[in-house]
Amino acid sequence: MSVDDTSNARRDFLRKSLTLIPVVTLATTGGASLALAETKERQRDEDKPGQSARADAYQPTFFTPEEWAFIHAAVARLIPADDRGPGAVEAGVPEYIDRQMNTPYAQGANWYMQGPFQPDAPSEMGYQLKLNPQQVFRLGIKAADDWSRQQHGKPFAELDTATQDAALRQFEAGKAEFDPLPAKTFFAALLQSTKEGFFCDPIHGGNKDMVGWKLVGFPGARADFMDWVERDVAYPFPPVSIRGERA
Amino acid sequence: MAKVMQKADVVIVGFGWTGAIMAKELTEAGLSVVALERGPMRDTYPDGSYPQVIDELTYSIRRKLFADTSKETVTIRHNVSQTALPYRQLGAFLPGDGVGGAGLHWSGVHLRVDPVELRLRSHYEERYGKNFIPDGMTIQDFGVTYEELEPYFDFAEKVFGTSGQAWTVKGELVGKGKGGNPFAPDRSDHFPLTPQKNTVSAQLFQKAAWDVGYHPYDLPSANTSGPYTNPYGCQMGPCNFCGYCSGYVCYMYSKSSPNLNILPALRQEPKFELRADAHVLKVNLTDDKKLATGVTYVDAQGNEIEQPADIVILGAFQFNNVRLMLLSGIGKPYDPKTGEGVVGKNFAYQNMATIKAYFDKDQHFTNPFIGAGGNGVAVDDFNADNFDHGPHGFVGGSPFWVNQAGTRPIAGVSNPPGTPNWGSQWKAAAADYYNHQLSMDAHGAHQSYRDNYLDLDPTYKDAYGMPLLRMTFDWKENDIKMTHFMVDKMKRIAEAMNPKAINVQVKAPGTHFNTVSYQTTHLNGGAIMGTDPKTSALNRYLQSWDVHNVFVPGASAFPQGLGYNPTGLVAALTYWSARAIREQYLKNPGPLVQA
Repeated sequence: MSVDDTSNARRDFLRKSLTLIPVVTLATTGGASLALAETKERQRDEDKPGQSARADAYQPTFFTPEEWAFIHAAVARLIPADDRGPGAVEAGVPEYIDRQMNTPYAQGANWYMQGPFQPDAPSEMGYQLKLNPQQVFRLGIKAADDWSRQQHGKPFAELDTATQDAALRQFEAGKAEFDPLPAKTFFAALLQSTKEGFFCDPIHGGNKDMVGWKLVGFPGARADFMDWVERDVAYPFPPVSIRGERA
Repeated sequence: MAKVMQKADVVIVGFGWTGAIMAKELTEAGLSVVALERGPMRDTYPDGSYPQVIDELTYSIRRKLFADTSKETVTIRHNVSQTALPYRQLGAFLPGDGVGGAGLHWSGVHLRVDPVELRLRSHYEERYGKNFIPDGMTIQDFGVTYEELEPYFDFAEKVFGTSGQAWTVKGELVGKGKGGNPFAPDRSDHFPLTPQKNTVSAQLFQKAAWDVGYHPYDLPSANTSGPYTNPYGCQMGPCNFCGYCSGYVCYMYSKSSPNLNILPALRQEPKFELRADAHVLKVNLTDDKKLATGVTYVDAQGNEIEQPADIVILGAFQFNNVRLMLLSGIGKPYDPKTGEGVVGKNFAYQNMATIKAYFDKDQHFTNPFIGAGGNGVAVDDFNADNFDHGPHGFVGGSPFWVNQAGTRPIAGVSNPPGTPNWGSQWKAAAADYYNHQLSMDAHGAHQSYRDNYLDLDPTYKDAYGMPLLRMTFDWKENDIKMTHFMVDKMKRIAEAMNPKAINVQVKAPGTHFNTVSYQTTHLNGGAIMGTDPKTSALNRYLQSWDVHNVFVPGASAFPQGLGYNPTGLVAALTYWSARAIREQYLKNPGPLVQA
């Protein structure tokens, strides 16, 4: 019933050119069987028009390599790949965050950013820092890595996962002292962006293969439930995206 | 020097529900009308095109249809001793922006008003005595009755294409056992459309409410249960419960909006002109400040333009109406120290509490992605004065409801209390509970107080160099007492559903107003209507007591917050005011009520 049944020249071309890809995938995922599975998935993806490159092929344009390593490591702990399915890295959350950093939102374009600023105001007064999201990420990642070096002698991305989890809990609770901004503020932005990237429409670079939506049973852009309103049953159809991808 | 445009009979500031209703009514009376909207042009196409509109990140999270705080926002403080801080990012409330205003992104809960709430102070004094109302609570009567407004409620429902079930029509019982509300006041006609279907969550609420002895009814929704053509000839299609309602433009032409239900008719009217990207700076007055001569606005290119007019309608969002009055010098600013002055007085909100119920994955599939903005099941047993407040010592009531408007996973994933916010446990709970939960609200009325008020901020300015509006606002003992009473009564419904876990979200004693977490956009007061120019800014026809050719429709006219959502009363009051302009003011321009 899908596009897989229709053969055309473009598909043949893609299929042939795909033989080059597993080398790259192998390097980052480590494991022949995984690489093979990825090849098959990629073939399917490439058949769909407009599909972006896979998470591990994406080259960041905002983050530096050090920042990119932090983002990868941190989001992999916030939403881990586990027995319930793929996590944030597999969903393309790092790509999502990098792409968001190049939008007007990340420059604080629709926030009121006139002073005077009262950064120590109580939390119920809302965000009162002078920093826009680009600065929150850039300064926050550096502060987190500095903190990690101080505590453990190496940057966050090189810590073992249990130490990373413990560090994230310190950031979350504001127990780690960051100089340029509160650790809590940085953690909240990181976690919110991670969930956005995990559950957004794939058009934004995250939620690749709709893994976030499949996990929770959200049908995406189907947006027509007239026949299911009153029924206390599982909705049977898999998600679709704005671009028309089907999970 | 500002460029001066050709004079219009009427200039309207803001093109949401009130601006659109006034434009339609006043062009029908033969007047030329110019409507100025600060935000961009918006309509079903292209802003609500499928599938682009089915995008939670763009619409809900990045707030596509909401006010741009970089240009204009408010400042907030909890009491007069504090320095107010800017509301830098949208949080607790979400004002709209662009053609359609909040009427484009709203959900569509379309209720009338409990008649008691229109004469709240008189009613409480009569039933419970003058001493029952606590010191510092400044609730007032609206100065208009339900019976006077009934024809306008009826007409507004027909314009909106509202789905619902009457309890009585002209005294005849029609709604028993069919989803009618036994506490509803009498109506002159049925709803234009029958109620929508009920979601599984709403069905569970309905059954549990019956089980604990309450009286559930189908929530009237301005989402269509079938195809509809309104009195203006505007057509709507049936709602398919897509779940992208609140915060979105309805791609199905099913959620009523000024853009869908009024603008197509206005477009046929040569005497009507709509200018988007026109940000009004102030209303211009004669030297004696007794008459408005028009407004001054800034266009998209930054040009300052004067639009002269004989009648000025302030149809902006609640707090923008108040701000424009303060910036223009219309009426005396309110002073909380003396209690004198009227503009900025009686600023009130909505007193919300929420209970979430989580079911086992084999117990119920509530599928919360299915929804319609105004749809649900409610009970009014504790709304308004439908129960004896005497033993409880607080003023105000609250409807309770399941109003499943459609949730999406970035904002909508909600786990049982005690679940971590991230990691494998969070992920497992998200997978296990997302489709097995429901949320119910106690949508409480909120009272007005002497020291909750609006004025101009001394420090912070908007993008045009004008002072921001300052909110001085906090929760009071009455509010906390009421919300705890309501949550206890609502919890009985939640428990009767036999869920695996519940999460009760209610303000603890001593809680300050939190500007971050979304509550509602139902802000009220600041330019209130009433019977006495010493205690209200507007007379009962929403006409300024001080400048008789300025009319100010909107929830800014409410002397306190209702239990119900405000849009139904806002629309009815706007039609009521428009009718007074058409039938009385045009014949004899001057004050419609003698002070």
